Amino acid sequence: MGVTQILFWFLSVVALFSALMMITSKNPVHSVLWLIATFFAISGHYILLNAQFLAIVNIIVYAGAIMVLFLFVIMFINFNKETEPRKNRWLKMIGAIAGGCLLLVLVAALKDSDIKNQAAQVKEGNIGLIQYLGKELFSTYVVPFEISSVLFLSAMVGAVVVGKKE
Amino acid sequence: MFLLSLDIWLIVEKAALILVIIGLSFFIAMYTTYAERKVAAWLQDRRGPNRAGPWGIFQPLADGGKLFFKEEIIPLASSKFLFILGPAMAMTTALLTSAVIPWGGTLHIFGRDVSMQIADINIGILYIFGVVSLGVYGIMIGGWASNNKFSLLAAIRGASQMISYELAMGLSLIAVLMLTGTLQMSGIVGNQMTGDNLWHVILQPLGFVIFFVCALAECNRTPFDLPEAENELNFGYHQEYSSMKLGFYLFAEYINMFISSAVMATVFFGGYDILPFVDESKWGLSPNLLTILGFAALMAKIFFFLFVFIWIRWTIPRFRYDQLMKLGWKKLIPLALLNMIITAAVVLWLKK
Repeated sequence: MGVTQILFWFLSVVALFSALMMITSKNPVHSVLWLIATFFAISGHYILLNAQFLAIVNIIVYAGAIMVLFLFVIMFINFNKETEPRKNRWLKMIGAIAGGCLLLVLVAALKDSDIKNQAAQVKEGNIGLIQYLGKELFSTYVVPFEISSVLFLSAMVGAVVVGKKE
Repeated sequence: MFLLSLDIWLIVEKAALILVIIGLSFFIAMYTTYAERKVAAWLQDRRGPNRAGPWGIFQPLADGGKLFFKEEIIPLASSKFLFILGPAMAMTTALLTSAVIPWGGTLHIFGRDVSMQIADINIGILYIFGVVSLGVYGIMIGGWASNNKFSLLAAIRGASQMISYELAMGLSLIAVLMLTGTLQMSGIVGNQMTGDNLWHVILQPLGFVIFFVCALAECNRTPFDLPEAENELNFGYHQEYSSMKLGFYLFAEYINMFISSAVMATVFFGGYDILPFVDESKWGLSPNLLTILGFAALMAKIFFFLFVFIWIRWTIPRFRYDQLMKLGWKKLIPLALLNMIITAAVVLWLKK
């Protein structure tokens, strides 16, 4: 087994374990911390594919900014056993069914896609490096890129308008 | 010799480099505490620590020993694991950044060219951002796990301050990246060493000022040390901590200062470039000597910045919290945006 393979299996185990812990842990703060661990494992996978930019942006944006805000909100809310609403048994069952349906759709969609038989480029391939990614984003995919930036801008303006005091 | 298809000497070389750099960070952070007390004494017309050893130079060792042997208290109502994780995270994130900073050129020893940079990655400066944005967790986790209202408030303050100033910091660096065209740290230094040898501070004075202010805020140093405002929050986010766990928090601040000085020296002051406007390779010195001189030059720049950090602490009073937020969001970010637009326009105009 090469280094890459050892790292792959290690990162996969970490990602799956911390994702499971994130769902099952009772304390919401612990959940957030496990989710951060998951993001780190996924960033490790990106680095194995030599997608350095994607890996670091995943850490900056998700682990560094969004999760901080999550933690922020959760720390201010005082979660106690008494204040927690009791979950209905039917609600749980419906949740399980909905989640199972999503899983089914995802599996069905990926089952026949063309990606299945292509091996991932590990350690080589430089499309993940920033100069090539930038060129690709601003030439081939410039229209979707700009549209998504407009979308973000409008979302930001919307958030400011909603948050503004009368 | 190969271990798992990796060259074993490469592993040894990198491990040695990592140990040296971490040891150096600890040593310099230790003596920064001493320098801080001495400079404070000098500014306030006192003598400062002068009992332990000649001129008190063993004072940091005495302080460290004291912290180590103090009783360790973990509050009963705290969440134990997170209480320990907090200072560990603060220390780890403080040390992580040193991996991408080029500490010098290449040394030629034992028939090998040894680069004095641990990892020259393609995304160098973004890696620094990533680590800086993780620095919040040490404070937040520690403050929350203490189960103390003052600690929690201080942690929230610290986190929101760091998030706010990260934005302006990133925007001020984008202008530098436009000039260099690369994110690699070695490329940023190389850009200042070749050509007409202009340091980026000459081309980007406004960018440097913004970056410096943000670095002060990110290190929680005065005038932005709101998370430790003792007249409002008793002691800040580390109020419940004692012994070496407290020591880790205090120490992480000094390592952060050291590392951010190194980043400023690298990005704006030519890194291991000895003098601006001069091509050092024409001096006819041996490459090894030149590398060592370059390392000394980088250290001199870092010590200068550390002095400025200390100088500011004992000169400028603390901001009020609303002033802090106003400065961050309403002054620094628009200024950084303006700097970015002007730089972009000039770069486009000159390239035509």
